[in-house]
Amino acid sequence: MATTDIHIHHETEHHDDHDHEHHEGNFWTTYIFSQDHKVIAKQFLITGIFWALLGGTLSVIFRLQLGFPDMNLDWLKPVLGEWITPEGKLDPEFYLALVTMHGTIMVFFVLTAGLSGTFSNFLIPLQIGARDMASGFMNMLSYWFFFLSSVIMFISLFLETGPAGGGWTIYPPLSALPQAIKGSGTGMTLWLVAMALFIVSTLLGGINYITTIINMRTKGMSFTRMPLTIWAFFFTAIIGLLSFPVLFAAALLLIFDRSFGTSFYLSDIFIGGEALPHTGGSPILFQHLFWFLGHPEVYIVLLPALGITSEIIATNSRKPIFGYKAMIGSMLFIAILSFIVWAHHMFVTGMNPFLGSIFMLLTLIIAVPSAVKIFNYVTTLWKGNLIFTPAMLFSIGLVSFFLTGGITGIFLGNSAVDIQLHDTYFVVAHFHLVMGSASFFGMLAGVYHWFPKMFGRMMDNRLGYIHFWVTFVGVYLVFFPMHYIGIAGFPRRYYSWTNFETFSGFADLNTMVSVAAILTLAAQFIFLFNFFYSIFRGKAASANPWNSNTLEWTTPRNPGHGNWVGEIPSVYRWPYDYSKPGAKDDFIPQTVPYSETPESNLPHENELIRLESSGGDGSIIVEGNKH
Amino acid sequence: MMSLIIGLGVVLVLVILYFIFRISNLVNIAKGEKEGRADSANSINAALFVVFMVVSLGVFFWYSWAYIGDYSLPVASVHGKWTDSLFWITMAITVAAFSIISVIMFVFIYQYRYKEGRKAKFYPDNHYLELAWTIIPAIVLAVLIFTGLRAWNDITSPASKEAEVIELVAQQFAWTARYPGVKDSQLGTVNFKLIDNTGNEFGLDLTDKNSFDDFKSLELHIPKDKEVLLKIRAKDVLHSVFLPHFRVKMDAVPGMPTQFKFKATLTTQEMRDKLNNQNFNYELACTEICGRGHFSMKMAVIVEDEASYERWKASQETWLKQNPEYLNKVPVSLKEAAMIKSGMEKDPGSAVAEVETIRGVN
Repeated sequence: MATTDIHIHHETEHHDDHDHEHHEGNFWTTYIFSQDHKVIAKQFLITGIFWALLGGTLSVIFRLQLGFPDMNLDWLKPVLGEWITPEGKLDPEFYLALVTMHGTIMVFFVLTAGLSGTFSNFLIPLQIGARDMASGFMNMLSYWFFFLSSVIMFISLFLETGPAGGGWTIYPPLSALPQAIKGSGTGMTLWLVAMALFIVSTLLGGINYITTIINMRTKGMSFTRMPLTIWAFFFTAIIGLLSFPVLFAAALLLIFDRSFGTSFYLSDIFIGGEALPHTGGSPILFQHLFWFLGHPEVYIVLLPALGITSEIIATNSRKPIFGYKAMIGSMLFIAILSFIVWAHHMFVTGMNPFLGSIFMLLTLIIAVPSAVKIFNYVTTLWKGNLIFTPAMLFSIGLVSFFLTGGITGIFLGNSAVDIQLHDTYFVVAHFHLVMGSASFFGMLAGVYHWFPKMFGRMMDNRLGYIHFWVTFVGVYLVFFPMHYIGIAGFPRRYYSWTNFETFSGFADLNTMVSVAAILTLAAQFIFLFNFFYSIFRGKAASANPWNSNTLEWTTPRNPGHGNWVGEIPSVYRWPYDYSKPGAKDDFIPQTVPYSETPESNLPHENELIRLESSGGDGSIIVEGNKH
Repeated sequence: MMSLIIGLGVVLVLVILYFIFRISNLVNIAKGEKEGRADSANSINAALFVVFMVVSLGVFFWYSWAYIGDYSLPVASVHGKWTDSLFWITMAITVAAFSIISVIMFVFIYQYRYKEGRKAKFYPDNHYLELAWTIIPAIVLAVLIFTGLRAWNDITSPASKEAEVIELVAQQFAWTARYPGVKDSQLGTVNFKLIDNTGNEFGLDLTDKNSFDDFKSLELHIPKDKEVLLKIRAKDVLHSVFLPHFRVKMDAVPGMPTQFKFKATLTTQEMRDKLNNQNFNYELACTEICGRGHFSMKMAVIVEDEASYERWKASQETWLKQNPEYLNKVPVSLKEAAMIKSGMEKDPGSAVAEVETIRGVN
């Protein structure tokens, strides 16, 4: 495949001017209402960390209930107040609110905004060689919409009737009827408003990411020379752009049903001693709309983590990522398939069984590109020279979770087997490993890896190792036992199981899970300490501490707004020339022309040399078939 | 006071940890940390991965083997045996794949840990490998898909005409069953607008004569070895019928009746004997979040052989007999039939019918 890129040189000069304007900003324009993608990325990161802590804490509270059902929780009264009953127990309705908010926070505020928001913003301009995003202003708006959304969601936690409590999937009629559950009152209203703002934020960000990647790559940065991180962010943004509006529509119709008496999702309801006037609506319609976003959302969360991991594993294996094009291909395939598998969440909702068989077929197909990715990661490790930086450890952890959690998807994607496993702890184990923990590890790996570029200092490695091992083992101890509990049929979102003889066992396993969850959360404070301590007191980082090939490491230690002093570097090769035979070092940055490395060039690369010299205004770079 | 002491203790521990961190940092600087590519912990991390792999795979296999009786639920339905075998076939395949890939990955991690002076192999791609691990999973998955599809199609195919129809009604936070009665074996029509707070919890339409002999039960009685068709509906929010031992699960949706057919293979007593537990009971649970009492939304399930099931049905009072005030909702022309069908009045025709039967036999 030959790609032709046309670059007009004075465009970059224009950006130079742009850059100078911004250096004279005051505190507010530099740190708060900044349009610098790096600052916005850090804002997303810090907000994401805040939400992750909160989401994790909520899960520990409900794990206390599940692991220690007899425990007296009076000591939580200063924080939870009336939500602790006079008997010292967690209120069952608040338990559901905790579960709901934990899911919402983790999926949207941590793993969507915290992950994509941080790394798409930070890495896209730096890795493709751009001064900033296509629209710095829209980018700033994206963060502030997210911030507003965060504030509203946070406020909803303190309502007297509690936050939304119908599960993070907010299925109506439960989410539409305040008489069905207290959380469906003001809590749900705020949830919907917050999510609407969140979607606006995601769309503003996504449009920017796509535009920037398509239009603002530096000279020589053809699509086939982009790092896999950028490919992942690109697909993620496209998926988000196509699917989030559907959630917006679903939420809007739910708002209508709740507040304006429409019947999109409601029909034939008798509640609170009266029959409601709604007829003709369908709760299943909401589920279709919700999962039309909900399933792509899994990949919105996962793909950036996979992209980050590809980059980190290649760098720290000192090897090119195995099957660069296969990796892109499988991500593309996953991105496409993610739109046509949504109804596998609905096999037993009463949906037409024929639809069930179609969705089962499509769902199991998506396992193939996922398997390819795992094999490619493992082959990248083979005969590498592995350096276990904390980022590398977390990346390996991600691959392990992706394998363990992904493989149980084969059970759940099979509609006949799903009948028994649906809505049990097996599902909880599955998605927490494959989506939650894997993406979370991708995020942590990214923080450890790009921290030197973000703050110009290094994080402490030893604390990173301890953080990794406790978290890695902890996550497995939390989620692996849930498979057994799920096979035994334990339903999820249960406040307690003692009402059922069938679910009376496994108290010991549940206690262990809760203890592991507490330890895992505690270990995150090691990270927090390391993170904030290192921002101020960490060892000064060198320009390229991991000996990496990508463009961001050619910037100064603390890049200003505009990223590069002087001209933006040109790119001459793909980002994975690690340990190339004949080369004197084990990495060749993308900015090194083939003409400077005759000793390591492959035959077809020698042919590219003569194209390199024709730089200058409006130059045309043609990249031949390389891989 | 106690919490203050605990708080102070925690602060003290944190301060100590902080000083350990600072001191070890200083010691490292004083030692003049060697600026290599990988630090001294590299091999330790590599070795820990192998330890992790051995221990975790060991515990996984041991626990899965030793506690199989605890986590695998006994099965008591025909289709449940199919889906269970599908489950275990999938388990065998995935555990094999999982173990092989895990071992390979962690061994690579250890084997190829950083060594000064070694150069990694430049190995950007290999189309044959890529093809192989695209095609092999595709084939394995295709096999699973087609076996799964067969089972799914059988499970979801229409129930036979002779199937025993039982209606399950879900509401916050209880299940109610409605049986079509012994006289006509037809469920009467319902309408949610007819539900009231004084007795008509089903919304029974009393202009339909099929409703006269319907009866209500708070226990789910099921015949053994006979196909049962559950007709499921919800009155308020989503619920989900889950019969764990029968591998049955289907949502109850307001405004959209759903159904699930299955055939039980073991009576409650047979299951008690099999498990050697005379206290065993089948249960029905809710598996779709429905509000505060979601976790307690339970119904007792009793499976009996067909004869005692029929006896139980015959012994049940009809709903109309339990709620005689609803007789005045019955159209005048049907009142007589309603009185008879609901068992409030002895059927004058029954003697005739008996005579006719005897004649027919002759």
